[in-house]
Amino acid sequence: MDKVERRKERLDRGIKVRTEGIYAVSSWQEVAYLVLPRLVLIVGLLLLPLLIPALGFSLYWNKVISYVGIYALLALGFDFLAHFVGLVSLGGAFFIGVGAYTAALLNKSLGLSPAFTIPMATIGGALISTLLLLPALPLRGVYFAIVTLMYPLALMRIIEALNIFGGTDGILGVAGFPNRWIEQYLIILIVIFALFGLRRLVNEDIGLVFRGVKDNDQSVRASGLSITLYKAIAVFIASGLGSLGGAYLSHIYMFSGISLFALDFSVIPIAATVIGGGGTLVGPVLGCFFLVPISEWLREFGTLRIVFYSLILMAFIMFRSEGVMVYAQRKYHQFQRWVKV
Amino acid sequence: MSGEYILQVTDVCKSFGGVQALLNVSFNVQQGEVFGIIGPNGSGKTTLINCITGFIKMNSGKVLYKGKDISYKAPNQIANLGLTRTFQIMRPYYSLPAYKNLIIPLFSPRARRKGGWRGGGKLGDRGTVSIDILEEIGFERDSFVPYKLASSLPTGYLKRLELARCLALKPDLILCDEVFSGLSMSEIASMVPLIEKLQMDGITLVMIEHRLRELFRVASRVMVLNFGEKLTEGIPEVVMQDKKVKEAYLGSEKLLDYTFEA
Repeated sequence: MDKVERRKERLDRGIKVRTEGIYAVSSWQEVAYLVLPRLVLIVGLLLLPLLIPALGFSLYWNKVISYVGIYALLALGFDFLAHFVGLVSLGGAFFIGVGAYTAALLNKSLGLSPAFTIPMATIGGALISTLLLLPALPLRGVYFAIVTLMYPLALMRIIEALNIFGGTDGILGVAGFPNRWIEQYLIILIVIFALFGLRRLVNEDIGLVFRGVKDNDQSVRASGLSITLYKAIAVFIASGLGSLGGAYLSHIYMFSGISLFALDFSVIPIAATVIGGGGTLVGPVLGCFFLVPISEWLREFGTLRIVFYSLILMAFIMFRSEGVMVYAQRKYHQFQRWVKV
Repeated sequence: MSGEYILQVTDVCKSFGGVQALLNVSFNVQQGEVFGIIGPNGSGKTTLINCITGFIKMNSGKVLYKGKDISYKAPNQIANLGLTRTFQIMRPYYSLPAYKNLIIPLFSPRARRKGGWRGGGKLGDRGTVSIDILEEIGFERDSFVPYKLASSLPTGYLKRLELARCLALKPDLILCDEVFSGLSMSEIASMVPLIEKLQMDGITLVMIEHRLRELFRVASRVMVLNFGEKLTEGIPEVVMQDKKVKEAYLGSEKLLDYTFEA
């Protein structure tokens, strides 16, 4: 029997011309091709809080949506820093903690409502985080990761040892949200804006500078740009997202304490980025919508949940290490066919 | 005196641990000339450029650029003064298309000062300006080449991209670290007119080179380095007849024709 040698040929769909980002849009099919994935994502996210009671899940799952949103902000920040600036940050817990304490203190001592404390804690928390991380900015790769991991641990112990900001008890009685619809929809809208904002940012001129810092920082210096400045701006953006999540969380919990420096906030965004696909920005968000509910659902199994959780992560890393969204985008933008060799 | 010299380097010393990479190297570069730096491998040529442009902190010495002291300044500050450099081992942004590589230097304070907030003033946005620069440096405007990822470009184009990055900063002085190395003879042949054109545009060039024949076509003066020390300096024909230079290149007093491809 003759063996016919075949191989798979991968072709870009006709709509993608020349380079990434330059599209020729000339018919409604092509417009749909571009708009549909975005629309599905946005509409899906907006419908989610309504779908949960409709599908018979308990109110508790509506709370989970807010947590997912907060993790999604962290994951966006992580993916942005890691894949577009080249800083692997384990500082998620640090950003959350700083944001949460800032919001809680503003609320308790000045009596400001969440409408003011959340934006103020976002900017303030980002400023504090960026200033504290400034000495670590010349570091790269795993060294930066280790240093950022130390910050939440150190800050947690400082608060405990000096007994400031309520010490181990934390700050109790922080104002909550007026109702659960506002609580859920606000965070979903924030995630959508952050996602599309960041996606736009990385393709702007300043975004190219960030990507340049990742690709070749010496070249950026030779181009007359200070890498420390641009790394600081990038850390400001990512820590702003994290602090926003932290401020949000303290208003959901109506509490801020050293438990908000928990390493979950550093680790889950990384896992979500691995599963969702690094460098896609949307991937980590979807990764959070997968991982966080699973983590909540596995609570029924008690201590075994970590085992299941690790198994899921291991399976993803071994069989789909590129991440779901990288795979999905490739399938969407290219088609394959068999050709005879 | 300092008016006619664009770059004055005085007694630059640099040692890495016990290795003396540069020892009291001094030279002056005149406005508008092409100045060559040659020397055997490991003689400290690239280290010298790194010291001048601030990528390495020198141990002692002084660098004056347009009469202004720039020793010990940060690389990005120096680049913003119009003193740019290319890298011997090309350093493009591999994940970006060629023309987007230039948007980064066009974003620098110097380029923005000269080209307005969009990068090109009346000429359009940064993307348009970078295509213009690439065309000037030898990328075919109407082909796919400027839009290709830098990782898929051949060496010849990457070398040009290095020069283009310097040009995007509207420089007064470019330090070229072996722009001819790794190129085929025909690629070099097309690079030489480019260098001549840059000189005609009023840009001063300092060129580190191993391709002596091509260098001597464009350079008016050369300096020879060996083991971190300056051997001699002068017009190419005279320098290559120097006994010490012959020794440095061949290790003996054997006959050396300067057109020999070192």
